[in-house]
Amino acid sequence: MAEELDDLKRAFEAATPAPDEARKRENIALAQKNFADLQGSRDAARLTVRKGRMSRLLDGVKPMFHALSTKGALTVTTAIVAVGLLVILPKDAMKLPVGGDVLTQSEGAAPPAVEQPKVADDASGGATGATSSIVAAESLAEMSPAPVPVAPSADALSRQRSEDLATQAPAAEESEAFADGDMAAPAPSVAMREKRLVAPGDGMIVLPESDTEAFANAETSPLKVTAEEPVSTFSIDVDTASYAVVRSSLMVGAMPPREAVRVEEMVNYFPYAYPAPEGDDPFRPTVTVMDTPWNPGTQLVHIGIQGTLLPVADRPPLNLVFLIDTSGSMQDANKLPLLKQSFRLMLSELRPEDEVSIVTYAGSAGQVLEPTRAAERSTILAALDRLEAGGSTAGQEGLQQAYAVAEGMAGDGEVTRVILATDGDFNVGLSDPEALKDFIEEKREAGTYLSVLGFGRGNLDDATMQALAQNGNGTAAYIDTLSEARKVLVDQLTGALFPIANDVKIQVEFNPAEIAEYRLIGYETRALNREDFNNDRVDAGDIGAGHTVTALYEVTPVGSEAVRNGPLRYGEAAAVSDGSDELGFFKLRYKRPGEAQSTLIEEPILAGQGEVSDDARFSVAIAGFGQLLRGGEYLGSWGWGDAIALANGARGADPYGYRAEAVTLMRLAETMDR
Amino acid sequence: MRMDTSDETLAREAAGGDAAAFSALVTRHYDRLFRLCFRLTGVRTEAEDLCQDICAALPAKVRAFRGEARFTTWLWRVAVNAANDRRRRAATRARTADGWGDVEDARRAEAAEAAAAMDWLARAMRALPDELRDTVALVMDEMTHAEAGEILGVSEGTVSWRMSEVKKRLRAMKEAVDG
Repeated sequence: MAEELDDLKRAFEAATPAPDEARKRENIALAQKNFADLQGSRDAARLTVRKGRMSRLLDGVKPMFHALSTKGALTVTTAIVAVGLLVILPKDAMKLPVGGDVLTQSEGAAPPAVEQPKVADDASGGATGATSSIVAAESLAEMSPAPVPVAPSADALSRQRSEDLATQAPAAEESEAFADGDMAAPAPSVAMREKRLVAPGDGMIVLPESDTEAFANAETSPLKVTAEEPVSTFSIDVDTASYAVVRSSLMVGAMPPREAVRVEEMVNYFPYAYPAPEGDDPFRPTVTVMDTPWNPGTQLVHIGIQGTLLPVADRPPLNLVFLIDTSGSMQDANKLPLLKQSFRLMLSELRPEDEVSIVTYAGSAGQVLEPTRAAERSTILAALDRLEAGGSTAGQEGLQQAYAVAEGMAGDGEVTRVILATDGDFNVGLSDPEALKDFIEEKREAGTYLSVLGFGRGNLDDATMQALAQNGNGTAAYIDTLSEARKVLVDQLTGALFPIANDVKIQVEFNPAEIAEYRLIGYETRALNREDFNNDRVDAGDIGAGHTVTALYEVTPVGSEAVRNGPLRYGEAAAVSDGSDELGFFKLRYKRPGEAQSTLIEEPILAGQGEVSDDARFSVAIAGFGQLLRGGEYLGSWGWGDAIALANGARGADPYGYRAEAVTLMRLAETMDR
Repeated sequence: MRMDTSDETLAREAAGGDAAAFSALVTRHYDRLFRLCFRLTGVRTEAEDLCQDICAALPAKVRAFRGEARFTTWLWRVAVNAANDRRRRAATRARTADGWGDVEDARRAEAAEAAAAMDWLARAMRALPDELRDTVALVMDEMTHAEAGEILGVSEGTVSWRMSEVKKRLRAMKEAVDG
């Protein structure tokens, strides 16, 4: 650092005073009181707080306050904890427990939507109680991403509105901004998003939008010792929601929460051109063995599955029921308005004989659009334009009506699907989550599938989205920009809506004579028990037309210096080689749509098998990217620069620019991760 | 009690309504927050008031903490925004003198030996426009350019450019004094 700055720094050190103990105690107490008020446990926190400049007269009695140190303050707060817990536990209990292979990592439940008015009242009461807090509330309304209860004056309200309007256009343009690789983009995006979060309520009060995001995830799959556990079983996953969540975080200048990163969904976001199936097989697996970029002592087993492409002209007629969340929280520019735009895009891809119906749920469920042939475009668009957000969310009721409509539309040889568009709110009206799961499963058996489209951030309930889509044989996608809507609803329309194989499970048995250790990269939430593989009653993921699915194992050959687990002194002797040089054996089971019996595909995995394509290399780069975002436990010193170089070298044709965008995201993450 | 728990964990717990986690967080970071507030405002009383604003607003804000950034990064961003708000309000009240202008107050408040350094510092800081001053305040707080950039919502390069601009201005100021 230059001499001038050193001087400045020394001056700073000399000039900076210690915080005044009295003010410190007051300020901390104020923070605690406001916190307690917000939680609705105000009675419990009887902390007397002095505010304003008058209190500085007390500076003279500093020594007295020294005696009451922070230790004392902490003891007081312990009392608040007990009360706080009482308040919060029931709310946690209201969260939808998701069954099966999905683990909910609740970040702590904020109050459900229905309780918000009460919280707002309490909090604004608390805030107006003290002069200086009014100031604070003011400043919050102007600058904060936080939920702020304020009753704005008429002109403040209109300012809010105009800001909302102003942010609509940028929301749709966001994708263009990052396609250019504009590194300065995050700054305006942050501001935009913050403004969007403070949305005018039903005319008078700006309600706080609580941050209740919950992500489905599990601990990173651990390294397995082949001799102890030679068999690995999992369900395939064609969801892509995680990648979009990661992107939306990085684009606003923040690292995504680790639990939001599901490596397999990031890898599967990208279209790959693996060898296409021949004959009438619905798909074809290709196994490639390649070097691991982040560890010279290990190898990667790359499994790429290519679903057959249905010629669009041959596809059966579609019956689509859109179940649209019109709860109050959907009114933000990046939710309902974006949904409407996405819907219009999709409409142009439908054929005249396809049928569309719209059901909304918002307090009470209603059918907004009778089943209408896609040819009657103007009728559909008019119904769409009438949609407005308002009211609380009652997911289940709407769901039942949507399925009833769907069953009325179903005909022989047609594909019927309910598409749920929501910001993830299922807090009201969900009396029994198990019953809901059963309901969706039952309908799936009867031939009506469910896909979930997530919109907006803030209370996106990713775990519920995943659980519903998995039980409904559908995909869960997160739509944050118009270009994402195009990818999910237009470019991949056939894949998202036409399942070609159900319950696709993969089982790999590794040969302990060749492979000492292995680990599956990603698929944490998709792990299956070994015995589930042959049990056709166990549900698993589905592949749509044209979908590709990629799975990666990192394997450590016997004798490699990268083996992490030493041999056991009293363990079994190393398996005797049977003379085969197979690394392992790959098995895949799937059902054709409507069939109950599964079909088995199997083939050995051989050393050096297959040719390493750009597609395979790119998928590995993305797997590395995802693992870096999760903390890079197994990556050693391999870092962002390596991921960028690998991805750049394997971009291939990239007609839609998805891969270029991924590289931009890696660069953003690199600058944020010190 | 919770001294070993990470900031991010505490913040998430606080966001979920855990009052003890919130208290532990505020207590843990108050002193550093105050130092930053002082660097942003330049006057002790202003800094205390700024801290009060932040403390008052923090409970509502922390509910929006998503763990997307480090907690301190997030908190410093809150502080810089709050400082800007105070300046905006001061400006609308047509009070042209900002914190670093109140050298007299500062002189009386600080000990005698600090005053001389303070004088130079006050003049130096007063000469800088707001965005350069905020940048300096952060970088002087042992922050890397990348971190400061994340907090201010600008790129690392912009921070580096601003710091070289600051250096240039300080040098010019020094030459004016010496010469």
